[in-house]
Amino acid sequence: MIHILAFYLFAVLVIASGALVVLSRNPVHSVLWLIMAFFNAAGLMVLVGAEFIAMLLVIVYVGAVAVLFLFVVMMLNIDFAELRAGFVKNAPLGALVALILLAEMVLGIGAYRVGIIELGTPDGTAAPLLGEGNIENIGALLYSRYLFLFEMSGIILLVAMIGAIVLTLRPSRAVRAHQDITRQNMRRPEDATELKRPEVGKGVDL
Amino acid sequence: MTELFQLPLWTPFGPWDWGLSFEWAWFLSTFAGILLIALPLMLGVAMIIYADRKIWAAMALRRGPNVVGPFGLLQSFADGLKVFLQETIIPSASNKVLFLIAPIIAFTITLMAWAVIPFSAEAILADINVGLLYILAISSLGVYGTVIAGWASNSKYPFFSAMRASAQMISYEVSIGFILVCVVLWADSFNLKEIVEEQRAHVWLLNGFVFNPLLFPLWVMFLISSLAETQRAPFDLAEAESELVAGYQTEYSSMAFALYWLGEYGNVLLMCALNAVLFFGGYLPPIDWAPLYVVPGLVWLLLKILFFFFVFSWVKATVPRYRYDQLMRLGWKVFLPLSLFFVFAVSGYLMATGHYTS
Repeated sequence: MIHILAFYLFAVLVIASGALVVLSRNPVHSVLWLIMAFFNAAGLMVLVGAEFIAMLLVIVYVGAVAVLFLFVVMMLNIDFAELRAGFVKNAPLGALVALILLAEMVLGIGAYRVGIIELGTPDGTAAPLLGEGNIENIGALLYSRYLFLFEMSGIILLVAMIGAIVLTLRPSRAVRAHQDITRQNMRRPEDATELKRPEVGKGVDL
Repeated sequence: MTELFQLPLWTPFGPWDWGLSFEWAWFLSTFAGILLIALPLMLGVAMIIYADRKIWAAMALRRGPNVVGPFGLLQSFADGLKVFLQETIIPSASNKVLFLIAPIIAFTITLMAWAVIPFSAEAILADINVGLLYILAISSLGVYGTVIAGWASNSKYPFFSAMRASAQMISYEVSIGFILVCVVLWADSFNLKEIVEEQRAHVWLLNGFVFNPLLFPLWVMFLISSLAETQRAPFDLAEAESELVAGYQTEYSSMAFALYWLGEYGNVLLMCALNAVLFFGGYLPPIDWAPLYVVPGLVWLLLKILFFFFVFSWVKATVPRYRYDQLMRLGWKVFLPLSLFFVFAVSGYLMATGHYTS
């Protein structure tokens, strides 16, 4: 019974916070509701028995991606009047995107019901298991059957990362103050200072 | 512990069967377990604040708190009472709901992580097989208490502090993640209890990964990263009083402030416990020698936690604060490449020596 109660609690909270992401007027509140939705989705994953995915969802999305979202949204100076002015103009585009997403969902669920996608059998029983626990299963599948796809996605991410670095890299023409910590630590008093004892009335050659 | 709640209750008129179903007994026993962890933890936090102030005072050749109670032992409770009786001031320009939720988030998240810590071979509230990932997930949530407080205060210094805190915690979580990967590779499990058991007689008769020459540098990095992750000195830039008044806590008063206080020290204790569990054999005695096992595991774990807390206080009393760019350099340019290198080194060593038989 606790199981069912927990399911409805998480499910209602996911849907409600998902709706509030769209409905709240303040973008920072939107991001916070998004975090709430992620968190409750993780709870649903735990109920299904996919605790590894749940933890990854929290670590990656809540712990890293959403923090960066929040970071950026907090720093932005958003003009609310201008935002709302664009609503009517962009409404058809939004409706189109929503329609496409809906169609994709229907297609995906349909393909799953027919049995084209091998997530398990259409009657709800799980896919054949290889190892003992959740982590072992995912590891065994990722590094054997889906090795090519897994490594491919890794390479794509690497390329994206290098691309992001290249985009922000600027050949620095201006002389910038650059701190070289090893050089500072290696520097001894003898290298930097020189003791002179000039005679009275005479200067020092520099 | 679930079975305990299903046992017939003793009454003067003979045993009385509650007739609890397994689900309800489980619910009750989990609830009792939460209280069994949270209440001593709160008491421990109060005493550890006192200990921190005493150690800090001793290193500065001062006396520290010594007025309230014998040796000043009741100082934290007096402070708690004082804070409890103060007025909660909510800045008029703040975002009121978020302003009040932020300290609650910070405090709750600190308590949540303690669910998976093995206090002895049997005493674990949640013996889940993704225990270490759970800890990582919960500790990555810790930023929100700070960031939301900084934003909701609608004030310059807390906002700067929130920015600093979020950047700092994300940076150090990356290297902590890689360090934990090495530990997991060696222990072959994410379950904290199995990680502790794997450390039994790990090097000759010594219990603990720290005695392994390949894992020792990782422990040093983990200790420093845990200082940064809990925002203790020398990495307490989020509340650097010389620059940001009191950082994200500037606008807070009364219980809201006390919740941050409790949460911070709870987090420090958690990081000490993690150091003990992951590298120093948790509830195992330091040497795998039968007479030492007479002492209960909980005592060994507490001794290790207290030792690490002393190290934390020691660092706080002696090390000057880092500059922000130095902090970022240490995280991204020193710890990240080093820990990544150790992931390769440890996994390479384990593959070469045939650690994984299956």
